[in-house]
Amino acid sequence: MTNLLWRFRGLALRGLCTSSAAAAVEESKKSKAAVNLFSAINQALHIALESDPRTYVFGEDVSFGGVFRCTTGLADRFGKHRVFNTPLCEQGLVGFGIGLAAMGNRAIVEIQFADYIYPAFDQIVNEAAKFRYRSGSQFNCGGLTIRAPYGAVGHGGHYHSQSPEAFFCHVPGLKVVIPRSPREAKGLLLACIRDPNPTVFFEPKWLYRLAVEEVPEHDYVLPLSQAEVIRQGTDITLIAWGAQLAVMEQACVEAEKDGISCELIDLKTLIPWDKETVEASVRKTGKLLVSHEAPITGGFGAEICASIAESCFLRLEAPVARVCGLDTPFPLVYEPFYMPTKNKILDTIKATVNY
Amino acid sequence: MMALNRLVSSSSSSSAALLRPLSALSRSLSAAAAADAPITVETSVPFVGHNCEPPSRSVSTTPAELLSFFRDMAQMRRMEIAADSLYKSKLIRGFCHLYDGQEAVAVGMESAITKKDCIITAYRDHCIFLGRGGTLVEAFSELMGRRAGCSKGKGGSMHFYKKDGGFYGGHGIVGAQVPLGCGLAFGQKYVKDGTVTFAMYGDGAANQGQLFEALNMAALWDLPAILVCENNHYGMGTAEWRAAKSPAYYKRGDYVPGLKVDGMDALAVKQACKFAKEYALQNGPLILEMDTYRYHGHSMSDPGSTYRTRDEISGVRQERDPIERMRKLILSHDVATEKELKFCSREQELHWSCVLWLFSHDIEKEVRKEVDEAVAEAKESPMPDPSELFTDVYVKGYGVEVFGADRKEVRGVLP
Repeated sequence: MTNLLWRFRGLALRGLCTSSAAAAVEESKKSKAAVNLFSAINQALHIALESDPRTYVFGEDVSFGGVFRCTTGLADRFGKHRVFNTPLCEQGLVGFGIGLAAMGNRAIVEIQFADYIYPAFDQIVNEAAKFRYRSGSQFNCGGLTIRAPYGAVGHGGHYHSQSPEAFFCHVPGLKVVIPRSPREAKGLLLACIRDPNPTVFFEPKWLYRLAVEEVPEHDYVLPLSQAEVIRQGTDITLIAWGAQLAVMEQACVEAEKDGISCELIDLKTLIPWDKETVEASVRKTGKLLVSHEAPITGGFGAEICASIAESCFLRLEAPVARVCGLDTPFPLVYEPFYMPTKNKILDTIKATVNY
Repeated sequence: MMALNRLVSSSSSSSAALLRPLSALSRSLSAAAAADAPITVETSVPFVGHNCEPPSRSVSTTPAELLSFFRDMAQMRRMEIAADSLYKSKLIRGFCHLYDGQEAVAVGMESAITKKDCIITAYRDHCIFLGRGGTLVEAFSELMGRRAGCSKGKGGSMHFYKKDGGFYGGHGIVGAQVPLGCGLAFGQKYVKDGTVTFAMYGDGAANQGQLFEALNMAALWDLPAILVCENNHYGMGTAEWRAAKSPAYYKRGDYVPGLKVDGMDALAVKQACKFAKEYALQNGPLILEMDTYRYHGHSMSDPGSTYRTRDEISGVRQERDPIERMRKLILSHDVATEKELKFCSREQELHWSCVLWLFSHDIEKEVRKEVDEAVAEAKESPMPDPSELFTDVYVKGYGVEVFGADRKEVRGVLP
């Protein structure tokens, strides 16, 4: 725990980046350095390219490092035939990645902002996700990993701030993964790259530089579809993913001052999601709050709430709660009004616990 | 360096060509010496056509028009420089794409068409908005997210609109505005009002699939749509030749004719747009490739110097700058002598040489003052009302529930 450095909006947060204690001890013997999230992604891409010669990284402006510097140095080290720029054509470049993956390669596609993923929506939903099913397993594009920075960044406006994860959670055949910290990002990205299914990996762009944590330098993967209890508690279960966990963590700290013990879970993989971990926690606490930046209506929080209401109905002591983005386009001004902020969460925690 | 040579070489021939129009200009001025006297200026380089007969290089203009071109471009340049410093002082946040270097496209196009014609463009939209009749105060207010902005402060840099000026706006997703432009053109064709749509996109967007979908529909239905490719040679940080197998964008339409234009020469742009409008009304779509250049990086987070050399940028500034071209065109001749200048007074009819004098001394100063005043005024404009967050999502509100930090007391259904 002490090796975890967290900076978020000027606050040092600890505890958000926990992993299992045993793994931490084992890893402490190996070298690690404090790096930020984009550097952790960069390390993962280096390892992916180095460990498998049939791995390719491409997207808009990636060969000189990408707009968020995640692909810095890759083209120099692995050559322009493996790390290359594409034209500005998201639909085409994802389709290209599907074909490349179908030949048994690992295609790592960067969509510059998650907001630009929509031109490629058809390729992802209709071509990538259903390739295995519709060919009766003759073909698949399991080597495909689509990376895209998502979420608010303080001033991104309509087309540089969206959280489109729920659209992709509606598509059987895909995996959707969102990391919360540098160490998680590296392990989960490597897991996505090596997973035999097409994955969409959304990176919290707000944390690219802000989140700093000790990240093991060696090659490691973190399991997909396995949620993690990152803060133990007894009064209420809080579920989130990505950058929202840092906000939730702040709310937990505040709630604790009022004697409310929150259990915080990082879902990590949205589909297929780890229902067991969430259910076990809700059975213990009897209350559930889900929070995400995407608009509340039809967000992935709705799915979690419905599932839990179904499976834990007799254990619930209060209505399930959601604190999410508002049902408006992502605003340019008044972003803080839109966002599921600490105070909104804290308020809902209290309302739910005192129901 | 390859890129540098190519970019600058297209104008090395033009500096020689510049002398010809200048002598033509001075002759005309000496003869007529009136602001509206028609003169003929030759474009910097010839047009290159694809499946169409290019228009003449001789452009008919007037001293007053040259003056207005200079003034408008100087104002646009100054606005973008001011936006740059507002951004650096954090009064403009987020994404901001500047147009300096490309001004000739905006003013030249505007001079050939009317406000009933439509323009739709991508996110580098500030100067197109000015050209369509938008004001500096509206522009700066929008940039800073203030109430007086042209989109009520809700759009920001990428989303300027002006309905009464036929400006269908700034769009955020690369290439997405072009099919929209074809829809506009269909609407125009349907009502038969003799207007056209200019759908603008960059060389980066030229590789998007939906561009070709739009092109096919426009050609199939003979729509009065002009697809204007503003080729500034870099799609974000990637040089055109790295992203496009054929950077001859005017030929990309294959069955759709095209015209390559020096987009740094406002008169060439004017001639091309005039030609394009007539052509499109008769025959259907046309592609105009404007060979232009942006001095700033792609956006404010891009210094613009990692993927091109500083020599290349300064070379273009020296050889091809659209404002300097206009300045030379107006000043480098022997009409405006001191002798003529002394005839100038307020009571007299504005003599052209007097205009020249005013021009050379005051216009840039005046433009700077206008911009400074607009910035000051925009800064005074209040932020939008917080309830604006919930308006304009649907025609009527749909009862979204919000709550403040105190869930019990501050809670309501917004309009």
